Amino acid sequence: MKTAQVMMATGANAAALAVKSARVDVVPGYPITPQTSIMEAVAAMVENGELHARFIPVEGEHSVLAAAVAASAAGARVFTATSANGLLYMHEVLHMASGGRLPVVLCNVNRGIFAPWTLWADHQDSFSQRDTGWIQYHCSSNQEVFNTILQAFRVAEQINIPIMVNFDGFAISHCLMPLTVPAQEDIDRFLPPHQPEWRLDPNHPSSFSNVTMASEYAPFRQMLSDDIMAAIPLVKQAAQEYKDCTGMWDGDSIETYRLDDAEVVAFAVNSMAAELKLSVDILREQGIKAGLLRPRLYVPFPTEDIIQALPENAQVMVLDRNYNFGHPGGILAAELKSVLFGRRNDVIVKNRVMGIGGIDLTRRFMAEQILEMMDDKKGLL
Amino acid sequence: MRSVTKAYRPISWPTLGAGGDTGSWRVHRPVVNHELCTKCQFCWVYCPEAVIDRKKITIDYRYCKGCGVCAVECPTGAIAMEKEE
Amino acid sequence: MATSIKKLPEIEQVLSGNGACGGCPATMALRMVGKALGPNAIMLLTPACSVASMGMTPKLGYNWPCINITFASAGSSASGISHALEIMQEKGRIEGELPTVFSWVGDGGTYDIGFQALSAAAERNENIIHFCYNNEAYSNTGVQRSGATPRGTFTTTTPTGKRQPKKNMAHMMLEHNIPYVATATVAYPADLYDKVVKAKSIKGMKYIEILAPCYLGWQFDMPDTVQLSRMAVRSGAWLLWEAENGKISFSNPTAHFINGKKTPDQVNEYLMRQGRFSRLLQGPDAKERIAEIQGDVDREIAFMRERAKITI
Repeated sequence: MKTAQVMMATGANAAALAVKSARVDVVPGYPITPQTSIMEAVAAMVENGELHARFIPVEGEHSVLAAAVAASAAGARVFTATSANGLLYMHEVLHMASGGRLPVVLCNVNRGIFAPWTLWADHQDSFSQRDTGWIQYHCSSNQEVFNTILQAFRVAEQINIPIMVNFDGFAISHCLMPLTVPAQEDIDRFLPPHQPEWRLDPNHPSSFSNVTMASEYAPFRQMLSDDIMAAIPLVKQAAQEYKDCTGMWDGDSIETYRLDDAEVVAFAVNSMAAELKLSVDILREQGIKAGLLRPRLYVPFPTEDIIQALPENAQVMVLDRNYNFGHPGGILAAELKSVLFGRRNDVIVKNRVMGIGGIDLTRRFMAEQILEMMDDKKGLL
Repeated sequence: MRSVTKAYRPISWPTLGAGGDTGSWRVHRPVVNHELCTKCQFCWVYCPEAVIDRKKITIDYRYCKGCGVCAVECPTGAIAMEKEE
Repeated sequence: MATSIKKLPEIEQVLSGNGACGGCPATMALRMVGKALGPNAIMLLTPACSVASMGMTPKLGYNWPCINITFASAGSSASGISHALEIMQEKGRIEGELPTVFSWVGDGGTYDIGFQALSAAAERNENIIHFCYNNEAYSNTGVQRSGATPRGTFTTTTPTGKRQPKKNMAHMMLEHNIPYVATATVAYPADLYDKVVKAKSIKGMKYIEILAPCYLGWQFDMPDTVQLSRMAVRSGAWLLWEAENGKISFSNPTAHFINGKKTPDQVNEYLMRQGRFSRLLQGPDAKERIAEIQGDVDREIAFMRERAKITI
C-alpha cells in the first residue's frame, strides 16, 4: 500500500474523486439538487485536465442515461449521477441499461419525491427503482461513497450489470467528513481497465437489442435475474480485495455493529444507519442488548447474510425512510419479512417510518423510537 | 444459454434473409426482358431490397418481395410483373 | 453535377431478405446512405419501421454495428457514442479512422418524442449525422398522426383529416446553427448520396431528412413509391435543399420553383394519388381544403425562397 491522501470532503466531492480514481471515460450529466455538486466537480476536473474524460452536458436526465448507456455500448467506462425526480425520469432507460447488460455506475443522491416538492433526503426514489434490474448499494458515510463507487465499477464490469450507488442528500452529499483517497497505484491494482468483451465495433458489426420473440426474451430476463443474484459473491470479493489494496472496509453485502449478542436489532440503510450505531451505544448504556444490521446491498437483497447474522429470538426494528404504499409500514420491512418468513420464525420484525423529507434523525430520537417499539406489543406488523 | 460468469446480451449478427426467405411474400414476379434493357441501372438503384445485380440485371428471387418498383421505374419497359403461380 | 447512378459504389449495407415491407422507401434510402457512409459507421435506431425491418434476434438485416435505444434518445445516445469513441481514441484504446455515428430515425423520433434530445444535440454541435426518414406518420404502429403529417391527411388518429399543417423540421434544425442540413427523397438517389457524402466529411452536427412515401400509410399502390416521391417534389410539397454553414442552396427541380423558372405542379394531382387524402377529396368542402393544402405548399416555397436570402 502506497501513501494515501487524507482530506476533508463532502460526499459529493468524495463521489467526484472516486470518478477520477476510477479513470472514467464518459460522464453525461444534468443538475438536480442535491446531486448537482457531483456534476460540477466532475465538469471542473475534466475542464482543468485532472480527469481525462468527456463530460456531456445534456438537456435532461432521460438523455443523461441514454447517452450513458450508448457510451457504455461503445466500450467506454461511464459514470453519472442524479436524484429523486431525475432518477424517476430515467426510469425507462434504467431498464434498457440492465436488459442491455451495460455496466454503467450511477450515483443516486437520495431525495424525497415530488409532489409536493421537497429537497431533502428519504429513500422513496431509489427503493421505487427496485425492479429495474440494477444492483443497488446504499452508503452510510462519505468514505463509503468513495469506496463503493470503485467497488461498483469492478462488480458491474465483471458481471455486466449497471450499479446504482445511493447515499443521502445533504446529510452525506453536503457534509464535510474526513476522506482517505488511496494512492492511484493501489486503486489501479484493484480496478483494472474496462475491457468489454462486446462493443459497437464496425470491424465486427453486430446489433444490440433487436426485437426478440418470447423464446429469446424469456431466457434473457431469466439470465438477468440469475446474474443479479450471482453478484453477491462478487460484491463480497470486491469488498475484501478493496480492503487488501487500500486497508478500508465498510462491510460487504451487510455491515453489522455490536450484533453478536444483540436482543434488539436496528435495521436501516444509509446515513441514518451510521447514526444508529450511536443509538445502539445509548441503548447499551441503558442495559439493553442492542445491535445494528445495515444492508449495504438493497438489490440483490442479501438474504442469506441477514439470516445468518441475526441473533436468535431477536426483535428487529426496521426503521424505514420511505413508504410502502398500500401497506402499513415501509419497504425495507416488507423485504425483510419476506425473506425471514418460514426460515427465521424466531425473529420478530417491527417497523416504523421516519425521517421523511429529510426530518433529522438523531441518535437520541432513534434510540427512543426503538425503546417505544420494544414496548409496542403489536408493533406495526 | 445460461450465463453467470459470461454475461449474455441480446446481440444479433448481419445475415442475409434476416426476415426469412422474403421471396415467398411475392405475388407478382419481376421478369427482365434483356432485349429491351439498356442497363441504365435505375431498377438497381431503386430496388429497396438490393436484389438486382447491376451488371447483369438479374434478380435474386429468393429475397425479391415483388414490390414492382423496378418495373414502374424502368424507362424502357423492360421489366414485366408476372403473377406468381 | 450529381454523381451518376452508374458511379455509385457497389457496397450494400442493407442486406437482402430483411423484414421491411415490399417497396419500402426506408430501406431504399438506407441503401444510398450505406453507399455514401461505407462500413465504418455505427447506427442508432429508435422504435420505428426500420427496427422491424432489421430482423429478429439473433439476425440483423443491416451490415453495421447497430444499437436500438429508447424512443426519445436519438440525439443523446448518438452523442454518447461519439464522445466515447473520441475519448477511447485519445486514450489509445481504439485505432484508425473514427466511425461515423449516425441515427436512423423516423418522423416520430425526430419531430415529436425525439425532438428535445435532438435539439440539444444540435445545440451542442455533436459530431453525428441524424437521418430522419419521414413517412409523415407513425407508420410502424399502424399510421397515426405525427408532427410531420401534412394538413388534410387521414390517419387512424385523424379520422376526418388532420387540421394542422406539418412542422418545417429541417428549417428548425437550420436555426440551430449547425454546419449541415439537407433534405432529400428516394426518387433522387444520387442527390441523396451526394448529400450524405458531404455530411460525412463535415465535423459537427448534420441533419438530413428524407421524404419516404409509405404505400401502406399513404394508401397508394406498392410499385409507386418512387413515383409518389417524385410527385411530392414536382408539386413543391417536398423541397430539396441543403445548407452548409447556414447558406441555403436548392437542388433541382426545387431550384427551378424557387428562382421562378418553372412552376410546380398543382398539388391536387399529388393528393389524388393517395388514399390518405381521399376522404378530404370526396367531402363537400373538398375545394376549400385542397386550397388550404395548396396554400401550405405555396407558403413553404415562398418562405424558403426568402429564408435563403438571409446569409448572415
